[in-house]
Parts: sequence; structure tokens; C-alpha cells
Amino acid sequence: MRERAMGPIRAPRLLAIGIGNIYRSDDAAGVIAARRLRQAGIDPSLVVEHSGEGASLMEVWKGADAVILIDAVSSGRPPGEVLRLEPINTPLPTQMFQSSSHAFSIPHAIEMARALGQLPARLIVFGIEGSNFHAGTELSREVSAAMPGLVQSVIKEINRLQFASGEGE
Amino acid sequence: MKSRTIKVDYLARVEGEGALLVKIKGNTLADVKLKIFEPPRFFEAFLRGRRYSEAPDITARICGICPIAYQMSAVHAMEDAFDVQVQGPLRELRRLLYCGEWIESHTLHVYMLHAPDFLGFQDAIQLAREHPAVVQRGLKLKKSGNEIVTLLGGREIHPVNVRVGGFYRVPTRKELEPLLEQMKWARDAALETVRWSAQLPFPEFEQDYTFVSLRHPDEYPFNEGRLVSNRGLDISVHDYDDYFTEEQVAHSNALHSVLKPGTPYFVGPLARYSLNFDRLSPVAQEAARSAGLGSECRNPFKSIIVRSVEILQACDEAIRIIEGYQRPDRPDVPIQPGAARGYACTEAPRGTLYHRYRIDESGTIREAKIVPPTSQNQKTIEQDLRHFVAGHLDDSQDELRWRCEQAIRNYDPCISCATHFLKLDIERE
Repeated sequence: MRERAMGPIRAPRLLAIGIGNIYRSDDAAGVIAARRLRQAGIDPSLVVEHSGEGASLMEVWKGADAVILIDAVSSGRPPGEVLRLEPINTPLPTQMFQSSSHAFSIPHAIEMARALGQLPARLIVFGIEGSNFHAGTELSREVSAAMPGLVQSVIKEINRLQFASGEGE
Repeated sequence: MKSRTIKVDYLARVEGEGALLVKIKGNTLADVKLKIFEPPRFFEAFLRGRRYSEAPDITARICGICPIAYQMSAVHAMEDAFDVQVQGPLRELRRLLYCGEWIESHTLHVYMLHAPDFLGFQDAIQLAREHPAVVQRGLKLKKSGNEIVTLLGGREIHPVNVRVGGFYRVPTRKELEPLLEQMKWARDAALETVRWSAQLPFPEFEQDYTFVSLRHPDEYPFNEGRLVSNRGLDISVHDYDDYFTEEQVAHSNALHSVLKPGTPYFVGPLARYSLNFDRLSPVAQEAARSAGLGSECRNPFKSIIVRSVEILQACDEAIRIIEGYQRPDRPDVPIQPGAARGYACTEAPRGTLYHRYRIDESGTIREAKIVPPTSQNQKTIEQDLRHFVAGHLDDSQDELRWRCEQAIRNYDPCISCATHFLKLDIERE
């Protein structure tokens, strides 16, 4: 088990990272979920909004023991459907995640971290199926309707992980 | 006549959506088309009716990889319009910010996008499995660039601290100091990157290019200078439209730029390097020489070495700027907008980026023109492919396809910037 640093600044052990671009409609879902987590009273220092650029994402989760990633996906499922994946032993399907091919995507960041031995001990990915990834600042009706359920699922996961990480201390 | 068809539906490690079509009839190459079908994004139209002061923040949204370049061309064009000179520490900070973007963007391309091609890896993840220390170095080097951008730009992506006339807030010496140690590490890592990239295997492929870049009396070009070529062009950026024009082609949503009347040309690291070798810092010149480069480089595959030299140049310059920094009294030069036209070119990581604006008396943008580097290089990319494929017609389909992809990645094209996935079709008839 890692030691906690002494003093006021230490890397949070648990992080919920909402990923997306708020100007790309449903792609914003992860970021919107992060904001709702804070509004729901989750400690803001545990919640991060991120563009999804792989290299800096690996930096963000450095030092965290448990990481929850929340991102919009495009897998052909009904819009608004929420998937929970644990890519600790098996890679994520790369096609599912919206990405810029120039910067590397979330599945790539996870695989890169795995290759370099930098994966957090626990990694849980919540993917919410989007329908519209075009320029715009509104979530689709389906994603919007599914958002409260997604946020509740993430809160449950946070509570479970906090409880689990509190054990044995 | 023997005919073959190769189809590749997706070209990875290139930004944006596009396709490459290569047609081979028998033993001859019939056609090469770089097709860009990502829809246009209408940034030039978005800018119309907005305040001059909004241009840096709107144009920064064109690209997540090189937002600084867009901001810099925008602010320089506005300052050109309103006859404002930004000098001293503010100008130095702009150069430092540009160093950050070059380090970040070039390192991403060298390590994550381009190097796997030379080593026969499918991607950077395979590279990381085989050579973890190399990839760790690349990631840390990239991060040092990100940190400059975060500190000066206010955030890592789409920075918000740049304004026409300077910045919203400038750092104290004390805030810049922690960067110094990191940049010294980065300079050593960049030197190691030059040595490492120089050992990669390169195909013999020298081309007779028309190189175009900025040239400044005493600096390696970032923000300003005259537009020059290796064929005698030497003009003020005000005259850009007299010498360059954009053509529409049926197969691309990105306009093709040519030197009038219709000559393809090449912007970016190879052009900058070949036209400005004498402006590199001594450490960068020496590293380039040791890497086996001359004062000119015409093999586009060796752009990976040239990018590494430019990373070194940027690290060296960043150290110089941080060490000499004195915080200015105010973070910006006051602007008096009025009816005017403004022009600017700056050197984005991928090459010369031209902006032109027409502003009315109220300071509102009435017309905007933006010519990104990838638009300018499209014809040269096609030409390279034509010459390169012609020498490899006997290669297997897979090998040829892979080589074409590599040849395109030499340019680090940013299709998103140019309009905007690259699909690759090779047809043999």
C-alpha cells in the first residue's frame, strides 16, 4: 500500500474524471457528470474535468489508487445507455471512444499506462452512449434523461471505493 | 494489364477526417489524391461581426494541438492593423509560450505518432512495451512543454491568457523560476531525442522542394519575419495574397494553397530548418551536424530529426528567456482600434500560419482569412506520394499502404486545422 504524504498537499487517492468537450454536444456528458457530482456534494478535490488528451490524462491520475473515468461512447447501443467497464485486465474497445487521432485517446492512454506500469490499482470506466457528437452545447434528450442515473451510479462507486480504500487503514 | 486495388479505410495518427486515394494501372501510377472530407468548420465566418479582441480566443479553438499558433497569428495581425508594437518582456513571453507549444506538439509527433513507423511498431503502445524508457522520456519532455503553456496560457488546452497587445496577466520571476530546472532537463532530453531519432532507418528520398517559411534578421522564426523561399521569394507578409492563392479542388474540403501561378510549396520544420539553419542556437546547430544533417534537409522522412532539433532549439530558447526575464510593469500594450486591415504570419509547429483581418471603425471584424499549414502542404504531400509510390510499385499491398501512411505522417498533417480521419484507398487497375 502507498504511503500518504504528510502535510496539507497530497495526491488524492480516489479520483473521478469526467471527460469530454463541452462544445461537442453529447461528448460533453463526462464533464457534465463531473459537475453534477460536485453539486451532489462529492468532495470537489476528488472530481476532475478533462479533455481526454491521453498523455496529460496519465499525469492526472498519477498517484491515485482508484480512478473512475466517465466518458461518452459511441458503440451502437441505444443512446443514454450506461456501460460500466473495468479495463484492469482487458483493454477497452478502441472504436467505442470518441477521440482525436492526433492526441491519443482514452483506451490508448490506458494501454500506454499499462505498458509503462502506471495503471492505478483500481480503474472503472463509465461510458454513456451518445447520439450527437456535432458542434453544440446541448446534450441529446436521451443522454440528458440518463444523466441522473449515471451520476447516482458513480456516487455509489465512489462510496464503495472509499469504503474499500478505508478498510485496512 | 495487371491491376490491383488496395483500400485502407482509416489512417491513424493523423488529425482530422480524410482519405488517400492511390490509383495504379499496370506498372504506372495513375492518380494520387489526398481527399479531405471533414466538413468545413466556418471559423472565418464565425469571426465576422465579433470584436477584434475576441479573435485570439475564438481562433484558439481551431486546434487542440496548436492553439498558441492561432492565437499568435491573430494577435499579431490585430496589432499590425492598429499599428502597435509589442516589445521587451511581453514579446519574450510570447516566444516562451510558442516554445511550450513547439515542445509539446513536436514531442507528441516524434515519439507517439512518427517513431513507431520507423521501428515497425503499429503504435506508440507497442513502442512503450519494447522501449519504456524512451516513451517515458518523450512523455516527460512533452509535459515540460505543457507546463509552459499552462503557466503562461492559464490552462493546458485552449489557453485563455493571451490578448491583443500582450497578456491578461504576466508571471512573476518567482513563478517562472521552477520551470528553469525542468527546462534544463528538457534540453538534455531533447539532445538525446536528436541522437536517438538520427539512428532510425531512413529511406533514400530526397526531393526538390520549394520551401517557404518566415525568416527573421536574428532569430529562429516564431512570431515574425519576412516570408522567404529557397527560390528567391522574399516578401512582407502584407503581400502574402499577391504571391499565394488558394484553389478549390473537387476531392478536398480543404483549399489547396499554391504559390502563384500554381507551384506547390512546402511549409513546416523542414522548410524552416533549411531556410534558417544559421539562425539556430549553437547547441541546436551542433546537434544537427552530429546527427548527420547538413544546413538543408530535403528528405521528408528525416523530418523526425529536424523536429527533434527544433525541440532542442525551443528548450534552449526557453531557458534563455526564463533566465533573462524581468516582469513588465503592465501585462499589455493599450490598443486603439479603428478601421484597418491587419496581416500576420507566425510559425506554427506544422508551418507558416497566415491570418488576415479587416476591421471596421468600431473594432468589429468584417472579414477574416486563415490559411493553416496543412492546406499549404496538401499539394506537396500529393506530389511526394506520387514520387514515392512510383518507386515502390512492386511492394506488397500492405507494405505500400504502410509506406504511404508514413509518407503522409512526415508532414504531421492536421486535417482538423485545414478544414478537417484519413481513409486510404489504393486502387490498382
